[in-house]
Amino acid sequence: MQMDTEAVINKLTDMFSSDTLAIDLVKGRRGIVSVRPSAITAISGYLYKSEGYRFIIASALHTRRGFEIYYHFSLDAEGMILSLHVTLDSEKPQIESLSNMFSASNWIEREMHELFGINFLNHPNQEKLLSEGNWADDVYPYRKEFR
Amino acid sequence: MGRKTLIPIGPYHPLQEEPELFKLYCDGEIVTDIKWETGYNHRGIEKLSESKTYDQVFFLVERICGICSTSHPFAFANAVEEIAGVEIPDRAKYIRTVIGELERIHSHLLWVGLAGHFLGYNTVFMWAWKYREPVLDLFEMITGNRNSYAMFKVGGVRRDIENHKIPAIRKEMSVIRKKIDLLTGAVMDDPVIHARTKGVGVLTKQDIIDYAAVGPTARASGIATDIRKDDPYAAYPLVNWKVITAQEGDVFAKAEVRLLEMYESVSIIEQCIDALEKLKEGDVSLKINEIPAGIGMGRAEAPRGEVFHFVVSDGSNSPARHKIRAPSYTNIATFRKSCIGQTIADATLSLAAVDPCYCCTERMAAVYDNSTGERILNAGELIKLSLERTKEIRKSVAGHE
Repeated sequence: MQMDTEAVINKLTDMFSSDTLAIDLVKGRRGIVSVRPSAITAISGYLYKSEGYRFIIASALHTRRGFEIYYHFSLDAEGMILSLHVTLDSEKPQIESLSNMFSASNWIEREMHELFGINFLNHPNQEKLLSEGNWADDVYPYRKEFR
Repeated sequence: MGRKTLIPIGPYHPLQEEPELFKLYCDGEIVTDIKWETGYNHRGIEKLSESKTYDQVFFLVERICGICSTSHPFAFANAVEEIAGVEIPDRAKYIRTVIGELERIHSHLLWVGLAGHFLGYNTVFMWAWKYREPVLDLFEMITGNRNSYAMFKVGGVRRDIENHKIPAIRKEMSVIRKKIDLLTGAVMDDPVIHARTKGVGVLTKQDIIDYAAVGPTARASGIATDIRKDDPYAAYPLVNWKVITAQEGDVFAKAEVRLLEMYESVSIIEQCIDALEKLKEGDVSLKINEIPAGIGMGRAEAPRGEVFHFVVSDGSNSPARHKIRAPSYTNIATFRKSCIGQTIADATLSLAAVDPCYCCTERMAAVYDNSTGERILNAGELIKLSLERTKEIRKSVAGHE
């Protein structure tokens, strides 16, 4: 199985050689590839439309490097999870929304907007998902303070 | 044009993973739009998890869902064991699988009962729940708890299923198989159930792909996604079973998939306990001293679909980040596709078909007049609407015979 994952990732990095920054992890049926935030729609579109990947979820992190998002895609036929990893600016985190391509990312983008304050450009309705009317604006509970 | 009304369903459904408020906007009897509000019971579990040790997180994630309480520890164990790079003993694999499948049986029986109740078949409701009870008794015998079994830990399971307990499990499996026969026969052959559920709440293949729906919801629309097969874990690759699918995508297809899946679960459990008898007792866990830094992505097939856990470890004794995706998170979003354009009576059924645990609807749903805010229908009356519709169909079916 190890070879399969490597082959899949190599194909991706060959196709998007200028937009993939690093291969973070290849282990069994799991792979993580760091990509340029500007290329997220192109690469996700390729995975979803051409290769038949299913969007599982996205995980956001607040680290010293800024805001990081892992977009998890599943290739069910191979039992593989391929994650696209982007790092966003810590002052003004923003990235293009994927929700115009598939509805599956609609909720999680709203959630990340609400909890981390990441702005998703061209999102169809970037309203609050969890705390409608019950939480102050511009206060993001999952953000951390680094000293 | 009828009077436009807003029907709020929710917000509190304590048996559901994610309590939510559904607002059905209706024109006369037809649902024209649906909106939802979530987060009423947002417990901050992802954040809490960062302050717990790996051992404690199991007890935390077990409490995400009350019905499928093992699916989250299952996925979390898969994620952490992936980081640690350990392979658990065979006996632990079989025990994990037995727990997972027993849970699927009792969860599906619960759903069949509730679906029967919504259709006005209260006998199905009572029978299904009666048959579910011995499964919970089995859990009590095996784990000490009827629910929230606390069986999982990194590197294996906490308690063994001793060989002297196995005959009781085998006996119960043969009993439950007959009960599923009975329920399946009752549902598959009933013309009224056909009339109420066929062609209702249809989700096409494209809808499933668009919303990335998982579990029986996806399998009922002809997409054979099942994590147990696709990304095998525990003892699933060691036993024989098949993925159940249906093509129609309606409520009936979802019921069919769940009912037939229970047979597979019974067969998996039987194979697992046969294998357990041949293995040495007591060899159920490994000692894991530390979790190295790394990233783990674990998943498990819960009764409602794929559970996904993303764990980032920084080498300390608690996760640095823990992201959880429950199956209902994607499945509930499909309501936009399955409910709009349907009558209120059918919409209630379409919502229930995804299995978001509907026990509390009675106390929560009410119909309000959109302009005055005045309450017109309460929950009891909503269910009554559904029951009346079944009655009408029953009459017309009887008339034709």
